[in-house]
Amino acid sequence: MKRNIFAFLAGGLFGVGLLVSGMTDTTKVQGWLDVFGAWDPTLAFVLGGAILPMAVAWRVAARRSTSVLGDAMPAKTDPRLGANLVVGSVLFGMGWGLAGLCPGPAMASLSFGGWGGMLFLVAMGAGMYVAPPLRARIAQHEAA
Amino acid sequence: MMIEMDWVWGLIGGLMIGGAAALFLLVNGRIMGASGILGGLVDGTGRGTSAERLAFIGGLIVAPAVLALLMGGAQTNITANPVVIIAAGLLVGIGTRLANGCTSGHGVCGISRLSLRGIVATVFYLLAGGLMMVTFRHVLGVI
Repeated sequence: MKRNIFAFLAGGLFGVGLLVSGMTDTTKVQGWLDVFGAWDPTLAFVLGGAILPMAVAWRVAARRSTSVLGDAMPAKTDPRLGANLVVGSVLFGMGWGLAGLCPGPAMASLSFGGWGGMLFLVAMGAGMYVAPPLRARIAQHEAA
Repeated sequence: MMIEMDWVWGLIGGLMIGGAAALFLLVNGRIMGASGILGGLVDGTGRGTSAERLAFIGGLIVAPAVLALLMGGAQTNITANPVVIIAAGLLVGIGTRLANGCTSGHGVCGISRLSLRGIVATVFYLLAGGLMMVTFRHVLGVI
């Protein structure tokens, strides 16, 4: 129960941060990606602001053996890059540019995003559903 | 006036996003990645932790809904072109699951621990997003 309450709180704070920062506004996101147009630097402040507390949190996590609720801390970073990481990030970036929504803001804007936001969520869910066999094929190709 | 203040709100919102990620890491022992939390529910790989995932997503939807109400509404200004929306959604869904992360997981949580994967992913999705703006806004004029 405690675990779900804290998950709800973390999700809530994340969502409020996304709305306050402008990440749920597709014009701001596309303005940031539009380096050759009317460039909007806001997202640099969002990403920078988000990295600060998290960099501290990783330092604290490194000194603890478990989380507050007793879980093992996440594994060390994986140094292997791989084709899936690059191909996937390129595809994700293409979709992010096209519509101006990434997964967090797509969910955070559900209540005010209208039919367009819902259609995006359904398409994104479908993409997530079909991805695992594709990922396996890319990994297989790479290993061959 | 709003335009000049945007970076302040960006910074405040960013600190909240990072604070949420820090809370989820230090209390729940989890990496706050939006695509991974949802994707694990969609493809069934997160069945063992589905309650925690649903609780996170619940907060992620409800809290901004309440704030938007208090603010007198909010806008995503998303395109009205359904073909663009569907294509974009599919690309984001497939891409984030192939790469095992999006802006929150690779961007916020990855870069802050100097993860090479997080940094490489962020460089590629930013470049791809920028190229889409050049192609579809300035060359084709679609978005």
